[in-house]
Amino acid sequence: MHLGTRKVLDRSFAGLGIFSVVLMSAALLVLLGPIFVRGLGAFVFRATVEHHRFILEHFGRGDRRQVQGRIAAARQSREPLYDMIARHEDELWQSFRAIADRHKAEAAVYEMIESREPDLPRALRAARYSLTEDGRHGRDALDALEQRWEVFEELREKVRVLLGPLPGEQFALLRKQYGQTRWGRAQVKLHDLLYDYDYDYSDPNQMGRKVYVPRVEQFEGTAVEPLFAYAEDNLHAMLLPRWTFYWRFLFDESFDAHFFGGIWPAVLGTLYLTVGTMLIAGPTGIIAAAYLAEYARQTWRVSLIRTCISTLAGVPSIVFGLFGLAFFVNTLHVSDSRSVLAGALTLAVLVLPTVIRASEEAIRAVPQTYKEAALSLGATKWRTTFTVVLPAALPGVLTSIIISMGRAAGETAPIIFTAAVSLGKPLKLWQTLSQPTPALPWNIYNLATEHEAVDEIRHVQYGMVLTLIVMVLALNVTAIILRARISRKLRG
Amino acid sequence: MAMRISDVVRSRDMRPADEAADLQAGPPIVEADDFSVFYGSTEAVCGVTLGIPAGKVTAVIGPSGCGKSTFLRAINRMNDLIPSCRTTGKLMLEGQDLYEPGLDVVTLRRTVGMVFQKPNPFPKSVFDNVAYGPRIHGSHSRQELSEVVEGSLRRAALWEEVKDRLSDNALSLSGGQQQRLCIARALAVDPDIVLMDEPASALDPRSTARIEDLIGELRGHYTIIIVTHNMQQAARVSDMTAFLYEGRLVECGPTARLFTKPREQETEDYITGRFG
Repeated sequence: MHLGTRKVLDRSFAGLGIFSVVLMSAALLVLLGPIFVRGLGAFVFRATVEHHRFILEHFGRGDRRQVQGRIAAARQSREPLYDMIARHEDELWQSFRAIADRHKAEAAVYEMIESREPDLPRALRAARYSLTEDGRHGRDALDALEQRWEVFEELREKVRVLLGPLPGEQFALLRKQYGQTRWGRAQVKLHDLLYDYDYDYSDPNQMGRKVYVPRVEQFEGTAVEPLFAYAEDNLHAMLLPRWTFYWRFLFDESFDAHFFGGIWPAVLGTLYLTVGTMLIAGPTGIIAAAYLAEYARQTWRVSLIRTCISTLAGVPSIVFGLFGLAFFVNTLHVSDSRSVLAGALTLAVLVLPTVIRASEEAIRAVPQTYKEAALSLGATKWRTTFTVVLPAALPGVLTSIIISMGRAAGETAPIIFTAAVSLGKPLKLWQTLSQPTPALPWNIYNLATEHEAVDEIRHVQYGMVLTLIVMVLALNVTAIILRARISRKLRG
Repeated sequence: MAMRISDVVRSRDMRPADEAADLQAGPPIVEADDFSVFYGSTEAVCGVTLGIPAGKVTAVIGPSGCGKSTFLRAINRMNDLIPSCRTTGKLMLEGQDLYEPGLDVVTLRRTVGMVFQKPNPFPKSVFDNVAYGPRIHGSHSRQELSEVVEGSLRRAALWEEVKDRLSDNALSLSGGQQQRLCIARALAVDPDIVLMDEPASALDPRSTARIEDLIGELRGHYTIIIVTHNMQQAARVSDMTAFLYEGRLVECGPTARLFTKPREQETEDYITGRFG
């Protein structure tokens, strides 16, 4: 080959290498960048007064007087809005009275109007007979009024979602007791309040197009007409957002299906599963590796076992999940149902091949001379293995274990059937033997796909993703540091 | 190394006759009787019959692949590590057959220490290296261990160099120091016999000289069997020399006599450098 050709080939190869490395780094940045930014959004965000109210009422945290002051200020700004709503309700009752007048309603109808009992739609239904029989034709007017009520009720619902219960209302469900806790979501909800949507079917060749219609059009000439402009202009004053670093997101329990609070149960569950997995897979894996490397003769049976182990490493993790359910839960009954223990056992089976293979490599890499030296001093074989071979193989063994920990922390499929639930309290240590737990990978999947209000809790999902990635990253960094330190110690 | 080997022997100022008489004094501590070692079907040591005197330095010489290391490793049964290895004939240590079934290899290796070709300290501290043997044999008190470690390091002529760095990693010592550390480690279990498998072949001349001096100092306290392919070294350090060739024992006798008046033609050819 000519020198020139060789040089060109050399350079193009190096260039290709650099190119792929750059491509990888760029992909990593593109991937990790948004994850970090959005994940941080779970911790650092503009929290509204509703968030601080929740924190104060459920965790007793925060400056009580200050928070209450802000609540009062926000209430004051909301007053005109609530006023308009109350006045419009009056207007609707007035319209009812007008209809009753026109169609000569019975006394019972006026009684309902006077006492406002029951609420308007039920009153309308109750009055229907009285206003439409005997030649009185109040039906159209009643239908129109009912229509107006429905539109009004929709508006009130939008206001409740945005600001919390209307004055005097009480709800059992936690998420109904508070308005929007995050400024970003509040703005989305404001848009929902300001605009209704409809579908435009004017072009028969196209699917219906979603069009937003200002909701104010439905209320022209009523008391709530100015509500929309008021809400738009005074949202800030009604919710009083301020930048908050909610670091306790990590350590708070979650409330009402992740609508409020943090992700501690899932974080703790993942920690339990990971540590449990390693407590099971670590010793077993190391002993198996020591056996394969030091004790087993090189027969076809041992080769078969080794091949099986390699094959196991390639089995899809969902298969391990089903196996765990069938074997640990249904056959061995390690727990009545799913439990951290069953999940850890399943994950242990999943990572064992990796631990065994990597540890075996590390043990094989220990110089024969160490073993000879120990044996020549009268050490027995297992003594040699435990005092000389394993310590010398420790960097490799530890690395394999910690990387497997990262894998165990991030696996979803094996724990679906064996350990994970969507919601739960943080477990005590002894409860891990019998009870299932939320866990980050499963909850991320759950929040992204199966949650009843996926859009409302996106930030929780992102926060979980960030937490999980940071956990795995931390484990890997630990592995690298540990390896470096031990290697340095071994090298002298 | 321009010195001729016979000069080396003479420079030790020993009269062959005396030495020969000396050697015959006690009964041999290691005795091989038609002893053979096989690797699979290959015979590495063929029918060696030999007696090694107690308290002396015995050198085993021969060209590469002559079975001298195999013979040495047979004495503390290190060949057991090789699955295909088997033996015939008898190899006895103080009248005890080493290949008798039921022999406790751990006790044997405690009696027969070994130093390897390449320095192979454990990746532990200097102290832990020397204390490794005593520890596995059940000695755990710190004071006892300290005494054994200091004594062993002194006997290995290393104490002065490492007494301030006992907790340093042994791999940070120089090659020669590492080898003396390995000798100290072997001495720490208080063996009767020390096997040395080309202990200086991986070292520079200065370190080699120190090892050889050390062997001289250990003479009399331990029975030393040293394998070497450096004939000058054999001549310098040993009292008795055995020459192995292609697995056979060609000749065995007092070092001075073997190097000055070899009885066999093969020995003469080898020590005069005609082959090997």
